[in-house]
Amino acid sequence: MSARTARRKAVNAAAGAVAVGAGLVSLLALGSILWTLVSRGAPALHWSVLTTSMAPTGEHGGLANAIIGTLIQVVIGMAVATPIGIMAGTYLSEYARGSKLGNVTRFVSDILLSAPSILVGLFVYVLLVATTKAYSGFAGGIALAVIAIPMIVRTTEDMLSLVPVALREAAAALGAPKWKVVTLIAWRAAGTGMTTGILLALARVSGETAPLLFTSLGNLNWSTSLTKPMASLPLAIYQFASSPYDDLVQLAWAGALLITLGVLVINIVAQLAIGRRR
Amino acid sequence: MAMNDQASSLSITALPAAAPVAAARSVGQGPERLFAGAVTASGILVFGLLGAIILMLLIGAWPALQAFGPAFFWNPIWDSVAEKFGAGVMIYGTLVTSLLALIIAVPLATGVAYALTEIVPSAMRRPVGIVIQLLAAIPSIIYGMWGFFILAPYLAEHVILDVADLFVDVPVLNKVFDYGSGNSIFTAGLVLAVMILPLITAMFVEVLGATPVVLKESVYGLGATRFEVIRYVALPYGKRAMIGAIMLGLGRALGETMAVTFVIGNATRLSPSIFAQGATISSTIANEFSEAGGGSLKLAALLGLGVTLFMISFVVLSISRKLVGHKVQN
Repeated sequence: MSARTARRKAVNAAAGAVAVGAGLVSLLALGSILWTLVSRGAPALHWSVLTTSMAPTGEHGGLANAIIGTLIQVVIGMAVATPIGIMAGTYLSEYARGSKLGNVTRFVSDILLSAPSILVGLFVYVLLVATTKAYSGFAGGIALAVIAIPMIVRTTEDMLSLVPVALREAAAALGAPKWKVVTLIAWRAAGTGMTTGILLALARVSGETAPLLFTSLGNLNWSTSLTKPMASLPLAIYQFASSPYDDLVQLAWAGALLITLGVLVINIVAQLAIGRRR
Repeated sequence: MAMNDQASSLSITALPAAAPVAAARSVGQGPERLFAGAVTASGILVFGLLGAIILMLLIGAWPALQAFGPAFFWNPIWDSVAEKFGAGVMIYGTLVTSLLALIIAVPLATGVAYALTEIVPSAMRRPVGIVIQLLAAIPSIIYGMWGFFILAPYLAEHVILDVADLFVDVPVLNKVFDYGSGNSIFTAGLVLAVMILPLITAMFVEVLGATPVVLKESVYGLGATRFEVIRYVALPYGKRAMIGAIMLGLGRALGETMAVTFVIGNATRLSPSIFAQGATISSTIANEFSEAGGGSLKLAALLGLGVTLFMISFVVLSISRKLVGHKVQN
């Protein structure tokens, strides 16, 4: 073995070691996050967290109103975003192939997909909160919708583009008008993938904090009114985690564990759906 | 199962076609126009969303932009009492934390992606890939809490003093690594690095995995080592997409709010030290919004910060999209 070969082998081994080292460091950091989350969140997670509303320190409050608030705003957001996202994705895939408007819309949607979510919060603040002079659960839901729409557009378009053209042509040859080809053939064939996209969008908006700061504001009390400030799990976590009181910080960890579990479960369901398709 | 569904739906859709052509057309045209109109309207709505966001931010920020002129975008003064506002300090904080995050995360992601594509047994790749995806889905506020309760105290106790001691007599470096606190620009950069690591790694794995096998095999055939195949074949082949992935990670870091707000200290003054408290655009907006009354100049200035962040992210994300293309991003 020449010296040159020996050197090349040494470099290869060193690179492998560095790569494995990088993997271990990354695992250490991410493991530390998950461990902290579980070790601090699990002990604080009692039934009372789910059944009582938020309260000031020392009053043994829970997160019930925040959980309900998150559910309401996420439902509003997804109810608005799902039809718009699917229709716009369908437009890009079925009606705007190669058209100028289609290309620009695709670009805009991609930018929105990665745009800072705090800007969406400011946008909805100026649009809905400043004009009505009221923070509201409705505004929070709309902010979440704006975040979910580009995600649904993207997956819908991608999934529709995987549907074989022959399938569409077969239906068209039987005399089906285009809207029937799209709704009864393409949507049905791409259904699993589109559902996955909707689930991933749902998971993403459930954990969003920044866009809610200026729209639904947060609320210590039980409120399901869409026209009043509304609590949400991420906002409650933010509020309690930055408080100086131990009991509130513990509650924040319990909330953090809850929201992470929720997000992970939705993601796993979505991954399983993809897996089954493959 | 899916095929059966399609078959039954086909037979249903086929029925009207058996009727005379004229009748079929009259049935088809109304709904057809309605459906085409609805999807096109949705497309235009999404297209208009970006314009609406720009417009609303500009409307809200107008009083501040009028009061301070273009200097708002670089003036490093943020004085709520004297009502003098400029974005300079926050732009500095935003860029420095994001660059720190990239400096830390990109080498790690490259290493992990290398290990995953070439070293880890192929049976483990899919489970590991799913774990990475799951980590990327964890809400950013969790990263912020971890940074605030675990990382910042640790750095304050074990790292920052030692590093500052090390450089205390070195000219320029003693300013960059000056004594500071656990909540600092450096901590924010580190939390951002951990946060964007799964995202960048996932995209790197995808890019490296997309190198044509024939290309790799032929270089292996010439006697190349694994490292050489990655270094001289896979990296050049995927360079463009990898830079795009890095830009996408940068875009995520630039606009991140919650992970940063917890750990940066939110001090709106300029300091050359990375161990000093600082502020980013988004952390300032999140932190000071509640102190700004409706219609106040401060509120307009905060929305002006939003405009600034929008411009920075737009440039970065546009470049990223140009490099990555439409496909790989998600």
